[in-house]
Amino acid sequence: MSRSTEVFIIGGGPAGLSAAHVAARLGAQTLLVDDSARVGGQLIKQTHRFFGSSNRDAGIRGITIADKLQQDIKDVADRLTVLENTAAVGFYHNKEAGILSQNAYERVTYQSAIVCTGATENSLAFENNDLPGIYGAGGVQTLMNVHGIRPGQKILMIGSGNIGLIVSYQLIQAGVEVVGLVEGMPTIGGYLVHASKIRRLGVPIYTSHTILKALGSDGVEGAVLCRVDDKFRPVPNTEFEIKCDCICLAVGLTPLIDLFQQAHCRMVHVGELGGLVPLHDSSMRTTNPDIFVAGDASGIEEATTAILAGRIAGARAYESVHGKSAEADTIVAEAREELRTLRSGSTGERIRWGRERVLKEVGEC
Amino acid sequence: MTSLRIEKHPVLSFPERKIVKFYFEGKEYQGYEGEPIAAALHAAGIKTLRYSPQKNRARGFFCAIGRCSSCIMEVDGQINTMTCITPLAEGMQVKMQKGHGYIKP
Amino acid sequence: MLKNDGIIAPEELAPVLPPPARLEKGPVAIIECLQDIPCDPCVSACPTRAIKMKEGITDKPQLDFDACTGCGLCIPKCPGLAIFVINMKHAAGKATVSMSYELLPVPEKDQEVTALDRAGKAVGKVRVVRVINPPAYDRTAVVTIEVPADQVNNIRAIRV
Repeated sequence: MSRSTEVFIIGGGPAGLSAAHVAARLGAQTLLVDDSARVGGQLIKQTHRFFGSSNRDAGIRGITIADKLQQDIKDVADRLTVLENTAAVGFYHNKEAGILSQNAYERVTYQSAIVCTGATENSLAFENNDLPGIYGAGGVQTLMNVHGIRPGQKILMIGSGNIGLIVSYQLIQAGVEVVGLVEGMPTIGGYLVHASKIRRLGVPIYTSHTILKALGSDGVEGAVLCRVDDKFRPVPNTEFEIKCDCICLAVGLTPLIDLFQQAHCRMVHVGELGGLVPLHDSSMRTTNPDIFVAGDASGIEEATTAILAGRIAGARAYESVHGKSAEADTIVAEAREELRTLRSGSTGERIRWGRERVLKEVGEC
Repeated sequence: MTSLRIEKHPVLSFPERKIVKFYFEGKEYQGYEGEPIAAALHAAGIKTLRYSPQKNRARGFFCAIGRCSSCIMEVDGQINTMTCITPLAEGMQVKMQKGHGYIKP
Repeated sequence: MLKNDGIIAPEELAPVLPPPARLEKGPVAIIECLQDIPCDPCVSACPTRAIKMKEGITDKPQLDFDACTGCGLCIPKCPGLAIFVINMKHAAGKATVSMSYELLPVPEKDQEVTALDRAGKAVGKVRVVRVINPPAYDRTAVVTIEVPADQVNNIRAIRV
């Protein structure tokens, strides 16, 4: 079996759905594949209201943004095919890729591909970190907000980035007691309003602390925490035990980049973006001219910026098939301006450095 | 069905689903049709899904989106089934995978 | 300190508190958003355009206390649940605090609930005087409680 398309999009999260919507609306025959049962990416588990500009989706819950994106792609159904439960497994030469669905393998011939594979969750090294009951924050959200099952009765959160703070709040909403939030840094990593929100509901926030070990043999029964010094070394005689039946790790994400490497895209390591990312220009084009990137795969950020980068990639991928388009230019210019605004200010500093480093490498900055 | 199931949520509502019977290590349990096997097991209080091949350490689910392979089990005789993304169906036989699993010749 | 433990210290709160003369005039909002984050729904939520961001979306919101009518429409729009409306003219020795509430069960008018401070510590029982939870608020209820006047900037949450 084989099929052909003009624009081929891998991943149906906020970046991929936005890219597909733009490319198809501009007029490109578009195919989107996603390996999960339902497109929407991580947005389908985000019950909280989003930050950002009210011109875009700020103040709206992530689940509602997912519904909106799913509706958007229905509007372009005549030019867009969406295959769920379908994984892209590799690129061939000559603009061909392989996709696998329900044990059936097909080849896809494309003219432009946009890879929006997102990210994978990081783990953390501590004694017993493999016990059942220790989950990634995304795993906890899936279990709780998609399947309606609490991870446990008492949970310990590791990591004070926005994910750790937001998932703690979501756990409280689901009726789980959050026994504490642990952060190695002396200050809270995520937005402070999120921290205040869980603190006033009684969640202790342990900055300058780390987890030494999880307690239990066939499942989590507690954890041992301790203070750390300014070089993150455990301070002796500060250990204490905390009782819990599960532990949630929210210690960052790493871009999912296998497909770029396999397609010989040049990679660059940028710590601010979460690790190795494909080099790309401000049109989101990688060093393989037929392959674009958008979303967390291009550097860890969040859904609103993924949507905007997806719009840029979708417009540029359309142009690489159909030629220059004033409408595509307008979409790109607007998205760039919105991205600039969202990344301005002190909380956007790390991302700005990271993005500038990537653009410097391709000689654009 | 169990205390870990969320009955009421301030933001979300979970649709009514069909209850099905399935078996874990030969014992009968109930879950919702179409939910991931690992979710049904978790709701039934089962957190250990297998033991690791080398050090015989207990393994539960971790990523819940079919990425990490922590939850692989034997389902209806098929080893290495990612139970966090495999939908539950009536009468399924779910077993802990010992070591690397065993394929009948 | 807010950035270390999530608790806004009195000196951090001071710049966003309404002046005493404004408190004399009735309900007014307090926007406890003290960090430059990219977020602006409060600006468009305000019917009197009392909330401004001078430097763009990542600026902190600036509330014109005299233009604020204390209507509370900004409360459920804030993704950080960081906006409160206080009314010092509620009754002798008593004030009210209005806040977002996204947990279950949602309390009812006249119900007695436990008031919590910024650290989540119980500071006594208080009475709910109003609950607004229309579809337009999209599952964020706005709950108003009656508190001792001297606790008005200490109480920031409830346990039902």
